[in-house]
Amino acid sequence: MSPERRTPADFLALGDRTFGSRLIIGTGKYDSPRTMTAALEASGAEIITVAVRRVDLDASKDESLLHWLDPEKVLILPNTAGCYSADEAIRVARLGRAAGLSDFVKLEVIGDEKTLYPDVVELLRATETLAGEGFTVLPYTSDDPVVARRLEEAGAAAVMPLASPIGSGLGLVDPIGIGFILEAVSVPVIVDAGVGTASDAAATMELGVDGILMNTAIAKARDPVRMAVAMRLAVEAGRLAFEAGRMEKRAYASPSSPIAGRVGA
Amino acid sequence: MSESASIRTEHRPAFEVRANGVTRAVAAGATVAEFLAAHDLDPDLVVVERNGAILSRAEFERTPLAPGDALEIVHFVGGG
Repeated sequence: MSPERRTPADFLALGDRTFGSRLIIGTGKYDSPRTMTAALEASGAEIITVAVRRVDLDASKDESLLHWLDPEKVLILPNTAGCYSADEAIRVARLGRAAGLSDFVKLEVIGDEKTLYPDVVELLRATETLAGEGFTVLPYTSDDPVVARRLEEAGAAAVMPLASPIGSGLGLVDPIGIGFILEAVSVPVIVDAGVGTASDAAATMELGVDGILMNTAIAKARDPVRMAVAMRLAVEAGRLAFEAGRMEKRAYASPSSPIAGRVGA
Repeated sequence: MSESASIRTEHRPAFEVRANGVTRAVAAGATVAEFLAAHDLDPDLVVVERNGAILSRAEFERTPLAPGDALEIVHFVGGG
């Protein structure tokens, strides 16, 4: 991972915007909107994802998440979760943009129900179309450097490989693949999905990725607000450790105190 | 409007549209804005697609619904 690559140290640059936090959080699976907003606040995230869904016309009250979020304070990033083809994802992306908040989209085209792995062929097609329409496209993808490069060529503003399956909490299963992606592309790399706890986030950031997107790890923690703080610190710690450059690993011990001048020697 | 159409309208003051996959009765001449108001929806918090084309918010007021229209009315919910 070359140190000169990509974004300024303290900022995450995506499209024409920069963000002070490298942590992006989802808004799904929370027990209540109140917990979600408290976790958002605690996380320091400046980008949050939302899903585009049909309004329930029989609901007694309007349940839009926008009642709980301030678009002046955070970038609201619509996703295309649940879409299984490029055409569906393109349609949902356009609906999300029509809300009038930004031209960012978290592009998901799912290819398999059980693993929620992306259908990268459809993903590429949707990326190309949406980038051509002026979207800032952030595609959720597999940990494959070839696909990542193709996404960059198709106009993606970042690539977002998974650490492990969505909602699994299995952590970083393929650091080698993520490392290959870091070498393969010049757009930001944001690990999206699979992080389970703070050490996963720190270890992932230490690889040199530009950010992490997570949802379940915070929403389904016993105390989501505390976990949001842990994730903020872990992402910062991991980033700082990457920038600082870790020591060489060695097989044997190396004393930290001087050999010379030992008492009685 | 032809005489027969106007008579039909008088006898059938409401017609049906498909909204979010469900059939809904609509008063004759109702606009998209009126449809949203009838369902207590804030026009600033939803996006409406009519027959495959997304409407701008400015178009809600001036777009009358027609029999058989397909509406998708969406908003943002929690998601990852």
